[in-house]
Amino acid sequence: MEAWRFVLIVACMLAGLFFTVVSTTGVLRLPDVYSRAHTASQADTLGAGFALAGVALAIGVEATALKTVLLLFFIFVTNPTAAHAIARAADEEGIEHWTVDDDRTGADIAAASGDGPAIGASVGQSGSRPTPEDPVAGESTASEDRPAGDADGGDA
Amino acid sequence: MSLAPLLLSGDLDAALADVALGVAALFLLLAIALLYRVVRGPTMQDRVLAVNVLGTNTVVVLALLSVGLDEESLLDVALVYALLNFLMAVAISKFTVDRGGVI
Repeated sequence: MEAWRFVLIVACMLAGLFFTVVSTTGVLRLPDVYSRAHTASQADTLGAGFALAGVALAIGVEATALKTVLLLFFIFVTNPTAAHAIARAADEEGIEHWTVDDDRTGADIAAASGDGPAIGASVGQSGSRPTPEDPVAGESTASEDRPAGDADGGDA
Repeated sequence: MSLAPLLLSGDLDAALADVALGVAALFLLLAIALLYRVVRGPTMQDRVLAVNVLGTNTVVVLALLSVGLDEESLLDVALVYALLNFLMAVAISKFTVDRGGVI
């Protein structure tokens, strides 16, 4: 086997591993079933596609590689379809979408919950240090609020 | 894994089998992590979605094992598993709603 082919195979498999890590993180961490369906249909399809492309390259020019290409095509067609069907079933069952209660955005929540001034003022004041903290604080309060909403969805 | 000497010596087939088995092990770890959502996911659709992603991971692991262990027949198993995985997801989504109008 040539060295460039080996490098290409390893790169494909590692890219597939990366995208599957992204999709697994999304399925574990995102707030409601619709956003989880989103990450499951996109990142996971790309991860499986890269890994199966690596397998097809590793097999080489044989009849068996056709099976891998068939598998890749099949996963590309069916995985988003299945995620769409699941999300639509969740919608028909009336599971609530994850939203902030009013029209606030993440920056508003950070400005309201933080003890400092708004983000734009803090940048001019003391350099770049407070700026990364405020959106993180806003994110965490937004996701801490949510488990009650999740439980509501379970009751419905 | 000492990859650089293998690349220089040219024994790439053995190195490829090692890489495939290692990547398959990491995919298996991700599948085990997904079990958290299967057990705890608050709604039925969360569990179905997590099992669907887990099944896709299983298909990839089977394909990687067919390279790592040099067993061509595992690819047939992976094909059948992908078909059954899709059927499972669509069937459960169809049967959990009242009128079954999912697709």
